[in-house]
Amino acid sequence: MKKSHIFGIVVIAVAIMVIISTAGDASTYVGFAEAKSMAEEGDNTKIHVVGQLKKNPQGEIMGIETAPNQLAFSFLLVDNNNIEQRVYFNEPMPTDFLRSEQVVVVGNYQNGNFLASKILMKCPSKYQEETIEVSDV
Amino acid sequence: MHYFIGTLGHFLIITAFVSALAAAYGYFQSVNSQDLEDKEYWKKLARWNFIGHGVAAIGVVACLYIIINQGYFEYHYAYSHSSKVLPFYYQVSAFWEGQEGSFLLWIFWDVLLGFVLIKTNKYWEAPVMAIFAVVQAFLLSMILGVVLFNIKIGSSPFILLRDAMDAPIFQSNPDFVPEDGSGLNPLLQNYWMVIHPPTLFLGFATTLIPFAYCIAGLWLGRFKEWIRPALPWSLFSAVVLGVGILMGGYWAYETLNFGGYWNWDPVENAVYVPWLVLIAAIHTMIAFKKSTTALKLSIILATAAFLLIVYSTFLTRSGILGDSSVHSFTDLGLSGQLLIYLLAFLVGTIILIIKSWKHLASDEKEVSTYSREFWIFMGATVLCLMGFQVIIPTSIPVWNAILELVGIESNMAPPVDQVEYYTQYQMWGGVLIALLSGTGQFFWWNKMDKSKLKDALLIPLVLTLILTGAAIIWLEVQNITYILILTTGIYSIVANGKILLDRWKTNINLSGGAIAHIGIAMMLLGILFSSGYSKIVSLNKTGLVWSKEFPDEVNQKNLLLFQNENRQMGEYSLNYKGTRKRVEGYDGYINIHDLRQISETEAVAIIDITKESKTLYQRGDTLTLVTPETSYFEIAYQKGDQSFNLYPTVQINEKMNMTVFSPDIKRKAGFDLYTHVRTFPDPDQETQWSEMEEITTQLNADFFVNDFVARLENVERVLDINGVNLGENDVAVKATIRIQGSDRDYIAEPYYIIQNNQAGLLADVVEDLGVKMTLIQIDPRSNSFTLGVNETQKDWVILEAVEKPMINVLWIGTLIMVIGFIIAISRRYSEFVKMKSKGQEL
Repeated sequence: MKKSHIFGIVVIAVAIMVIISTAGDASTYVGFAEAKSMAEEGDNTKIHVVGQLKKNPQGEIMGIETAPNQLAFSFLLVDNNNIEQRVYFNEPMPTDFLRSEQVVVVGNYQNGNFLASKILMKCPSKYQEETIEVSDV
Repeated sequence: MHYFIGTLGHFLIITAFVSALAAAYGYFQSVNSQDLEDKEYWKKLARWNFIGHGVAAIGVVACLYIIINQGYFEYHYAYSHSSKVLPFYYQVSAFWEGQEGSFLLWIFWDVLLGFVLIKTNKYWEAPVMAIFAVVQAFLLSMILGVVLFNIKIGSSPFILLRDAMDAPIFQSNPDFVPEDGSGLNPLLQNYWMVIHPPTLFLGFATTLIPFAYCIAGLWLGRFKEWIRPALPWSLFSAVVLGVGILMGGYWAYETLNFGGYWNWDPVENAVYVPWLVLIAAIHTMIAFKKSTTALKLSIILATAAFLLIVYSTFLTRSGILGDSSVHSFTDLGLSGQLLIYLLAFLVGTIILIIKSWKHLASDEKEVSTYSREFWIFMGATVLCLMGFQVIIPTSIPVWNAILELVGIESNMAPPVDQVEYYTQYQMWGGVLIALLSGTGQFFWWNKMDKSKLKDALLIPLVLTLILTGAAIIWLEVQNITYILILTTGIYSIVANGKILLDRWKTNINLSGGAIAHIGIAMMLLGILFSSGYSKIVSLNKTGLVWSKEFPDEVNQKNLLLFQNENRQMGEYSLNYKGTRKRVEGYDGYINIHDLRQISETEAVAIIDITKESKTLYQRGDTLTLVTPETSYFEIAYQKGDQSFNLYPTVQINEKMNMTVFSPDIKRKAGFDLYTHVRTFPDPDQETQWSEMEEITTQLNADFFVNDFVARLENVERVLDINGVNLGENDVAVKATIRIQGSDRDYIAEPYYIIQNNQAGLLADVVEDLGVKMTLIQIDPRSNSFTLGVNETQKDWVILEAVEKPMINVLWIGTLIMVIGFIIAISRRYSEFVKMKSKGQEL
């Protein structure tokens, strides 16, 4: 066998390892119900939950509670299966949190509470304004 | 309504699009014509079309800029990205904040590059520019904004607000023009955001050049000749793209609060991968002269770099990353269009490469371990594998979409901790690159065999061991992996340093590679220390918790500072001095309580504003605020007899309902002290005052308020209050109370007013000290006065401070790398010019 063939095999082997490790290390998107049952079975891996902030019929965001020093806050998130859950986040509120249309929380259940270690926001208006304020007409 | 400019802009887009297609057609005809006269005829025609295309494209840029600059908010683009108060330099940022503008920027760079190529090439003009023109047509189609057969092609930047938005106001008043735009995202209001995107997009645009040369070479059957003209451009592209990427990192370091320069965000990854591949391509292109294998690899890598740029455009702009990236663009409904282009470019390139493959002769001989090619292949392979390791997890949303397409439900999500995940693999790539770039250089410059190698490597190895040993002891490196990175990094610097010395003796023009490698190795060391040994210094050692609700980590790593109270942080004594503002014409920071804001951008001085005993502004003067949304927290640091102030900021953008904290950095030779505020009291919250305490005092007698020494200096009758005249029967008395703060004296001036036979008390608040003074009673018999004192909690901030050791090594390494690239570019370009003047580029 030529050396270059061995070299090629090694490269392919590394590439396959990368793919396998990606599949292995990837997190998953689940709903709150599944996340809860995972935690109850003793599985502590962190997962992604996609959802939207709870809003009242007037479209105002409901249920945001900020710690007195604003260093932590919690909010109500409704996942794609319409299950509502209070999510605790031990950081100050991210800058454009209230503008986000969709929120992804990364975390897990701890003692029955969902604790997020990271929040990702999808803001349709981050680069594009969607509404117009006409108050100064 | 300014319809003309938008119509003109849209017309120019269509003109530019059509003329790009015409130029492409002309250049194709020129390449395919057998007759020399025909060739020349088509080439000239195509050239004029491309020039026309370029002029139109620049016209489009001008139109959009005028709309932003003049504040024509009837246009959706100006409304969404700009506002009246936006200064000139951020108007430039607003230009490319949106998708359409950033495509325009890319188009603009391609036009300029195309002009340069037309000017510098004879033989290559037609085939290279044919590809250029096709790519330009593709880019322009992204902003075309026309609907054909119910299919939306591109999104025009000249669309009117009323056509873009479904707001009810337009039904009642179609001619409604908003007073002001919604402004630029505060995160982007930073000078790095003025220069980072154009640099990055120039990097994007330049990857087209090696691609175009390579495709042209395959097309014409000049399988080798394309490399010489493509090489200097590949180097140029790599350095611009690299600098663009690092500028983004520097922006993140200076502005964002995540405390670092690299977050492995999908958008960051999407440009990092093509950069790695481009670097690999450069190496194989340099090696190609001796080996046909290198030629094949060069073709694959040079085309892959451009295709990966198109892929990263697809990733960031199709909205597919929406759930996994903090800063991907939103979907403009163009993902299908982008995907079609991506596949078209990919398939076209693959077909062309396969067709050419049999013409690329294969080597019969094995590549020896002692050959220079071997080491370059190893390096290129490692670079590509590093890129592969990044692109596979970054593409998880794409894999999900593909699996869904074939009916498999997949809910894979990106790794939870991106920084940790990617670092654990990329670190090893860094180690290998350092090893290969150090050793490979010896093989490059010298014919090597076993005994020669020993001689050559002996001195660098010994030197490396000595330096590493010293560094390990001095910098207290104990982690095995870190020791390995440190050793290989130092080895790369030493080995390349030796090569550099040799080159200096012979031909300095050949030193580019060694210098660039030294820069890269320094960057590796800078990353190692600044990230691996980043240390939180704001540890809470008071034993108190800031809040019981917080987890231990937050309570331990953040420091609560009350205004004007010293608190020890490691070796530093910290003091929060209060919130500051900046005004035009004053080089420094002004206490927020010395100003009263009267409009979005203006404030009135409450006291005389002096600097070095010179009064710059008098009480009552109107001042213009610099960056009015931003407040600066003045934090005084004291360590022994050295002291300095840092000004971390908060920017409150009410329109966008955003609060953005940014750090301030004290740069020292050995490390950066990085400080950012985590939170501060809500400015809209009403102040909670304590119960009033009554103090009876006499003129010029000392008493205490809120632990500060105070004295009633004067009580006098006044005829007006704040410029308002009092009536004939009214009486007003003003008390002047001087309170000695820790830095300066404060004057409180409460009033006692008798108006219409009723007594009124007008209290005065000294915000910095958290006291409210009221004049309650005047007793002429005992010549005493009764003052009411209310106290409130002092102003506070909670901050985090981090030490980042040796981060300057990263930035200096970047500069050295750039210098190395510039030397290499000039060498390769002069080679190309020499060959051209000899007429050998044919």
